Amino acid sequence: MSKDIKIKKGLDIKLVGEADKTVEQAIVSNFCTIRPEDFHSVIPKLIAKEGTRVKAGDVLFYNKDIEAMKFVSPVSGEIVEIERGPRRRIDAIKIQADKPQSHKDFGKFNMNSDAASTKAHLLASGCWAFIKQRPYDVIANPEKSPKSIFISGLSTAPLAADLDFVLAGKEEALQAAVSALSKLTEGQVHIGVGSNNSPLASMNDATIHNVSGPHPAGNVGTHINKLDPVNKGETVWTVNAQDLVVIGELLLTGKFNAERIVALAGSSVKKPRYFKTIIGSEVATMIYDNGVEKGGNDRIISGNVLSGKQLKPDGSLGFYDNVLTVIPEGDDYEFFGWNKPVFNKISTSRAFTFSWLNPKKKYELNTNTNGEHRAFVVTGSYEKVFPLDIYPMQILKACKYEDLDEMEALGMYEVAPEDFALTEFICVSKQPHQDIIRKGLDLMLKEIG
Amino acid sequence: MGLKSNLHNFREKNKDKKWLPAFSAIHTFLYLPNETTHNGTHIKAADDLKRTMNIVIMAMVPCLLFGMFNAGYQHHLAFGDIQQATGGFFSSQFWTMDNFMVGFWKVLPLVIVSYGVGLLIEILFAMKNKHEVEEGYLVTGMLVPLIVPIDTPLWMLAVAVAFGVVIGKEVFGGTGMNILNPALTIRAFLFFAYPTWMSGDKVWVSGAKGRDEAIAVAKEAGTSLDGLDAISGETILGSLAQNNSSMLDSAGDLWNAFYGIIPGSIGETSTLLILLAGLFLVFTKIGSWRIMLSSAIGALVMGLIFNGVVSSEWISSSSKFYGLMSTPFWHHLLIGGFAFGTVFMATDPVTASQTNKGKWIYGFLVGFISIMIRVFNPAYPEGVMLAILLMNVFAPTIDHYVVQGNVKKRLKRLKVKTA
Repeated sequence: MSKDIKIKKGLDIKLVGEADKTVEQAIVSNFCTIRPEDFHSVIPKLIAKEGTRVKAGDVLFYNKDIEAMKFVSPVSGEIVEIERGPRRRIDAIKIQADKPQSHKDFGKFNMNSDAASTKAHLLASGCWAFIKQRPYDVIANPEKSPKSIFISGLSTAPLAADLDFVLAGKEEALQAAVSALSKLTEGQVHIGVGSNNSPLASMNDATIHNVSGPHPAGNVGTHINKLDPVNKGETVWTVNAQDLVVIGELLLTGKFNAERIVALAGSSVKKPRYFKTIIGSEVATMIYDNGVEKGGNDRIISGNVLSGKQLKPDGSLGFYDNVLTVIPEGDDYEFFGWNKPVFNKISTSRAFTFSWLNPKKKYELNTNTNGEHRAFVVTGSYEKVFPLDIYPMQILKACKYEDLDEMEALGMYEVAPEDFALTEFICVSKQPHQDIIRKGLDLMLKEIG
Repeated sequence: MGLKSNLHNFREKNKDKKWLPAFSAIHTFLYLPNETTHNGTHIKAADDLKRTMNIVIMAMVPCLLFGMFNAGYQHHLAFGDIQQATGGFFSSQFWTMDNFMVGFWKVLPLVIVSYGVGLLIEILFAMKNKHEVEEGYLVTGMLVPLIVPIDTPLWMLAVAVAFGVVIGKEVFGGTGMNILNPALTIRAFLFFAYPTWMSGDKVWVSGAKGRDEAIAVAKEAGTSLDGLDAISGETILGSLAQNNSSMLDSAGDLWNAFYGIIPGSIGETSTLLILLAGLFLVFTKIGSWRIMLSSAIGALVMGLIFNGVVSSEWISSSSKFYGLMSTPFWHHLLIGGFAFGTVFMATDPVTASQTNKGKWIYGFLVGFISIMIRVFNPAYPEGVMLAILLMNVFAPTIDHYVVQGNVKKRLKRLKVKTA
């Protein structure tokens, strides 16, 4: 049964530099980098070695704990470097891409197959990595069966890629992926859409929900909390809408096609627009030809400004990301910045901050913290931007003092770090909420599992 | 550019020095720091703790300035230098430079001592614990001079501030960790350690106590008492508690109480300015309207109950509680420190309840108990201080039960599933 989700609590952060709805083919990246840290809590066991030649879809490494879970190369080419960190941790696998790409053929999948063979197929082809689970916000454990699967068909994060736009024309692949996923759960596949124009709005084998409201209305965590919250011992799975396309194409064509449309956005970009590129591509292939100053004092982020990851200029697109954001760094002092009236920054208060006067204005924010780290002091402000039925400050504090019972009681199984992005954004004490939640989840995963 | 880069270089050069927090406190006062985000959100909203605290201080400044005028006015009035000002708040006899200067020279040293001692302790603890100086004391330091009698000796204030900051706050880990409101801890220390300086009818008007001592000396010496009339500067609350005839008989008296042209602690008297400050805090979304509103409701309810007791004639007019019990319930909002405590101290986010539902309960009880203590404790008719401190202690308990409601909902959901 479809149920509409309407939230009131939240905050739309409007920023300058939204991507124009035109798609350009990005310069083909010479190198493709896969970083195991994108797959949180997976310990990689390498199969490929430096010098090995791989096709797109060939296995690079597998999960040490669950051997069936393979991680594959998005491109064909030669593995040129395996970067290692302390204690021989694998930091990155760098592949020099061939000019004409060749794909491993997994074979067209019989869509009438049962759950077990669907699972095995996704695991072997590297597509399992796209399926995440709650609790813990990690790659789904294939041995557990989820009570439902959630897909968000709208993105409300600042400068996010418009999913209606990037998914247009992919209905066939989407449907194949949704149908396959629907076999993996006893419950339903829930898809939240922003409007009926969404390519996901007409999917079969799924329940479609209309979602409206400010950010985080598009976060899958919000949908889970409103529709089917995770209880102790239960699991739900989540898949990014855009990753469904990769899964769908694999099922339909037998190829692991890591191509995706990525939004290049942010106030440091002169011509913000969409690019067709491949997972793991160097960001340099997109940003510098399009108005980001080379050597400029900018922050390059794989992902959105709230939950993305900071990249170096030679960095590469993250495995799950479909937006690259470039905003100015804010590493400068501001004379009496703490007490003078503020017109050019966003605030939820009216403490001589005037963003409330003009809710439609788009802002050009930089990376300055606008203040120093402090203890939690102000109360009641998080709740205004936090739509989940959870006490945000109490759960953050429970994470800080590592009280597992309390974390569990307060709803830790239901949350992911990105759910706390807005509270982190508005936090007067500049506490790192997402990091606190991530560490809390890791602790629970380790202690309770 | 010069100052900015010089300060930056100085900071970089002395990065691992022990006294760096002291320098940082001044540096970040001048400049919003150049700190940037790392992972997590890459952008942050404009507000920080300094801005938040600054708004509260700004809300208090009118009360401070008014307090200076009023201190001078009450002094001159009691000493017979001037006539009662007619025209209330807008009277030109009230807003005179002469009144202001008397108050200014009395209040300024209190402000300096409060900030000086408090910030020194904060900086020492910041250095010891190797963290930045947190802004909590900026508000406390301003609250303290506003809630003490005008003639409070500076050394007493210094001792009390030291006690309040160390025992009330730093032992718990500093700003954000304390259980009791530090400003009220300081006030309570003063009250219990030096009661003769904190209550009675001699402390509210500058010079009244001095005059008493002069009379005593003159009596001892057997010299003439000419021109040495004892001065009584009783507060309205004080006189009500003594069952003296009400000082709020006429509409003019009520208006004066509302304007604040009455004896009392320095900043607490003007209900008008406190009301405006409260509206300002609510508008800027810094103060909790839930606490302010529920506290006023709590006080009115308790006042009504007492009025009911009186009108049902359960107590006689000879009862020592009669004076305050028979005070019309809404007068309670105008007199004493109730308004000030509700707006500026009950709303302290660290020591109040932290959940929205909890704030309603907490605020209501603050108001309710304030008036209860006010009526039943004639020795110290200002109940708001004790009521807030008491509720500070219970705030975590209230929050616990509010949060348990959420936890129970979760457990119930689980039970329904498994059943």
